[in-house]
Amino acid sequence: MHVELDEPKCVASGQCVLAAPEVFDQRDEDGIAFVLDEKPAGDALDAVREAVAICPAAAIRLVER
Amino acid sequence: MNRIVVVGASAAGLAAAETLRREGYDGTLTLVGDELHAPYDRPPLSKQVLSAEWAPDRVTLRAPGELDSLGLELRLGVAASGLDVADRTVRLADGSAVPYDGLIVATGVRPRRLPGEGAHVLRTLDDALTLRERLGPGQRLVVVGAGFLGAEAAAVAWRLGARVTLLEPAQVPLAHAVGEEVGRVLSRAHLERGVDLRTGVAVTEVTEVTDDGVRLADGQEIEADEVLVAIGSLPNVEWLAGSGLTVGDGIVCDEYCEAARGVYAAGDVARWYNPLFGVSMRIEHRTNAAEQGVAAARNLLDPGARKAFAPVPYFWSDQYEMKIRAYGYLRGHEEVRVVEGDLEEGRFVAAYRRGERLGGVLAVGVGPKVMRGWRQRVAVAARWRDAVI
Repeated sequence: MHVELDEPKCVASGQCVLAAPEVFDQRDEDGIAFVLDEKPAGDALDAVREAVAICPAAAIRLVER
Repeated sequence: MNRIVVVGASAAGLAAAETLRREGYDGTLTLVGDELHAPYDRPPLSKQVLSAEWAPDRVTLRAPGELDSLGLELRLGVAASGLDVADRTVRLADGSAVPYDGLIVATGVRPRRLPGEGAHVLRTLDDALTLRERLGPGQRLVVVGAGFLGAEAAAVAWRLGARVTLLEPAQVPLAHAVGEEVGRVLSRAHLERGVDLRTGVAVTEVTEVTDDGVRLADGQEIEADEVLVAIGSLPNVEWLAGSGLTVGDGIVCDEYCEAARGVYAAGDVARWYNPLFGVSMRIEHRTNAAEQGVAAARNLLDPGARKAFAPVPYFWSDQYEMKIRAYGYLRGHEEVRVVEGDLEEGRFVAAYRRGERLGGVLAVGVGPKVMRGWRQRVAVAARWRDAVI
């Protein structure tokens, strides 16, 4: 599964970083999220599913490629 | 458990439904929503949708395929009209009845209105699209209420070239939520741009006599091409009358978001006991809707391992170039102190005292690492005198 982040939708809440710190971080200048690990596995993948659920902008998706 | 019903198909309801599936629930899952649209997101309505920056379909929360994969019985465009907790049945406005083993209520809130016809409100996608069509250069817009929603809408309308009058009953907008000093700084953004912010002004009704407009408590009328009423919301609980649930300002729940045996509530409509702050709260924030939907779903599925829902509330608001971010529970604060930056520079962190602890922070123009540090201090209920030096 690949992590896709719809950057223009991101509202810089940082919820994804709290849920999955190994997979997401935020830019210092504006707090917009970026992906550290596009193909997480195991616990990190579960954490991304949680991030998808609680992202307040619905900006994160997990897709098969 | 083989039949779960989720009433409310917005952020909280969708999060609950998705979580039920993710946690392995494979029985019947009915999602009821009173709007015809597939679940969509509300924060962009007063921002990118109102400004026409985004096409309306950009607010859809999940792609059609993602929604299909949940295997839902979708009942959109039909409101729930009644609940019988003893009989475990939800009645719908079309006369049908849906039995359940487990129920999650996420029916949200609706805008408060003023007497008189013809004013806009801003809660649904249709509301936003209707108002958007009427905004443009030179149009006179009166916004009643300078809370976060009214302020965001005023900011967008100003950017579209409208002549905006913003009316607020309090002397300082948002003072009850963020304190007078911070409220004054936030409202300065309107004045600097020529938005006609008038405070201490009570509006009694919307008028349509000669032109659209509003009438004030002192009898004066203000004419406008369009009027937007943004004076807060009311929880959608009337359909629960006689259900046996305790309903006050929202559906009263315990710390697990449970309202009655097998009945949970989530999102704007839920009033639950948050043990992190030791108070019963009802939070109308987008982040809370999703988090509480997730929490309620897990507690419903696994009552033996249920967890108290004890989040640090978070909200954001975009007004003009200003990004406002807040963690914690600011309402009822006893003291506000600027702990980083400077109010005058428009780059600051303000801390809010609640008893002897740090209750929350509100920040403008501050980086994410600093914000996460403050969030952590709120999350551990840091003592005020340790957190604020």
